Amino acid sequence: MAQQISINPVTRIEGHAHISIQLNDAGEVDDAHFHVTQLRGFEKLCEGRPFREMPSLTARVCGICPVSHLIASAKACDELLAVRIPETAIKLRKILNLAQMVQSHALSFFYLSAPDFLLGMDSDPAKRNIFGILEREPEMARGGIRLRQFGQQLIETLAGKRIHPAWVVPGGVNEPLTPEKRDAILAGIPEAKATTQRTLEWFKSILGDYREEISAFANFSTMFMGLVGPDNTLEFYDGQLRMMDAGGNIINPNIPPYEYQDYIGEAAEEWSYLKSPYYRPVGYPDGLYRVGPLARLNIAERAGTPLADAEMEEFKQLSLQERMSSFYFHYARLIEILHGIERIEELLHAPDILDPRVQATASANSPEGVGISEAPRGTLIHHYRIDTQGIMTWANLIIATGNNNLAMDRGVAQAAKHFVKGEKIEEGMLNRVEAVIRAFDPCLSCSTHAVGQMPLHIELLSPDGAVVDQVQR
Amino acid sequence: MSFKTFKIDDMDLSAAEDDTILQVAREHDIFIPTLCFLEGLSPVGACRLCLVEIKGSSKLVPACVTQVQEGMEVLTNSERLQKYRRMVIEMLFSEGNHICAVCVSNGHCDLQYLAQRLGVDHNELPYLHQQKPVDASHYRFAIDHNRCVLCTRCVRVCDEIEGAHTWDVMSHGIDSQVITDLMQPWGDSETCTSCGKCIQVCPTGALFKKSKAVAEMVKEHEFLPYLKTMRETK
Ligand code: SF4
Ligand code: FES
Repeated sequence: MAQQISINPVTRIEGHAHISIQLNDAGEVDDAHFHVTQLRGFEKLCEGRPFREMPSLTARVCGICPVSHLIASAKACDELLAVRIPETAIKLRKILNLAQMVQSHALSFFYLSAPDFLLGMDSDPAKRNIFGILEREPEMARGGIRLRQFGQQLIETLAGKRIHPAWVVPGGVNEPLTPEKRDAILAGIPEAKATTQRTLEWFKSILGDYREEISAFANFSTMFMGLVGPDNTLEFYDGQLRMMDAGGNIINPNIPPYEYQDYIGEAAEEWSYLKSPYYRPVGYPDGLYRVGPLARLNIAERAGTPLADAEMEEFKQLSLQERMSSFYFHYARLIEILHGIERIEELLHAPDILDPRVQATASANSPEGVGISEAPRGTLIHHYRIDTQGIMTWANLIIATGNNNLAMDRGVAQAAKHFVKGEKIEEGMLNRVEAVIRAFDPCLSCSTHAVGQMPLHIELLSPDGAVVDQVQR
Repeated sequence: MSFKTFKIDDMDLSAAEDDTILQVAREHDIFIPTLCFLEGLSPVGACRLCLVEIKGSSKLVPACVTQVQEGMEVLTNSERLQKYRRMVIEMLFSEGNHICAVCVSNGHCDLQYLAQRLGVDHNELPYLHQQKPVDASHYRFAIDHNRCVLCTRCVRVCDEIEGAHTWDVMSHGIDSQVITDLMQPWGDSETCTSCGKCIQVCPTGALFKKSKAVAEMVKEHEFLPYLKTMRETK
């Protein structure tokens, strides 16, 4: 009899979602879907408000990566002002953005995903969390916690608050950096670097144990999208929006920011509230692409900082086929953390970093603004229109996680087909299906799940909706 | 001038007969919350936050407009007063849409300060506010009616100090709102001199400079008493 398994809610991700697995008459996985079950309607909320509220307002989309929204939003607002932003302000914003990436990646890797690698995919779910790591590998857990703290504290030092700072404003930032603050941040760099390098070595050493996961974790050819900096280096703040095809060829080196809608379409599917962006020239659903750490590392030729450059070279030794596996999101995340720390250090040493000129003032000079940046989870687009008085008339946000929606959905189906067998639900196989989602580190809302609590509910449903079997943990 | 002797919160005090309870309390660092009152503007007794108790009377009186009396015993912080004050703030939050987190005045707002100081940590009243427009037609300033608490400080400063009387109030109850001229867009006002005094006296983020982003609008109104003295002695 055809049945359906649902994983609801998916644990150790940011936000609420569930997975349903449809079994066919033979008890094999027929199809599976990733459902995002929340709708927030931020775009509508922006209408009628002064555009200068946008950075803070849209930052409320998320409590994990508010800085990413601040950055993309402020960039869109800069466009509305139509002025040149002071160089120092750009550097400071870049540092903030990188700090956000470091803390977010550290959260994803150490808190949410490392439990699977360190304690095992099939280990007791009650212990498969950061506390379990603290028990087993205290050194690693503490390193991860301290690394995240480094990023969080940097944000607080620069912007005054960890979660929703109002320091980034249209035109720049509203306070210059002081020498004391700079030195305080620099003092934390050596430890953060060492932790990341140590973790990278360890992670590379265990990759061999995960051959099966690597081959079945959303491992399919897709396009990748992301920003690249000058000389094809990693870039998170500015740069050219690039599209690479599954063969590793750059099919669009520079999508013009104001024409993104000609290239990125958004399809609505009945199984999710999250829109499914796709690459228009290829069409739907084949225009599926991925964003985020893996996309960025595949698209960029090198990192642009020495330590990360060496790591990236090693990463690029992997075959293109291997680099398509979403399992490598984790690997990519660690390399990006290393790059972020190096880049922060470099920017803090820039001769003009203490310059007091950090904010350009102007009124609403342009009717439309697009701001694109790389959030930890991928490309983020803010697009605003205002009236002559600076009041928002329309907004469109393409959220980093949204870009990966189609890929996550397909990845879930791939992993379910590979790992879920028969009508009996086993903990380890479901965890692997969930882990596919976790590899993308989706951020579905502004809330994290409490650590240690794993409310996973799995149901086997017959076609008429009757519950045949269920597992609760 | 004759003097009166009286008590505020068991403290024996004396003051000139035309002094208000609020004036005397402030001189002696006794906290009485105020919102519509502003040093340098004529008091109107509108917001009722400064209500105090007088022993022997069941009626509460606004400290900002009540003069001291011989032998009176004033209580400024009874439980009854605390409850009423919280209620006044809750009603303001019910009538307007005050989302501090994205407000230009976040961290520098009288209403936010009072809510925190008076312990308003939740609202028991239903939210009745409708969505009101933002008038950003002035080239430098804007008003977000959602954040206006109708204290009329802007109306008074414009009339009494600047002498322009651009601002006024129209309508009744929850539909009341401040207007510029005969309810024209601010940018079209012929009387507004763009002096910006209304911006500085507004206790919330209702009146703000368009150039300010979230939490950037800090109001300065220390100039007011000086201006007033200068005008009076001319
Ligand atoms: S705009 Fe400001 S000053 Fe004027 S009445 Fe409203 S709250 Fe008071
Ligand atoms: S301050 Fe006295 S009534 Fe408003």
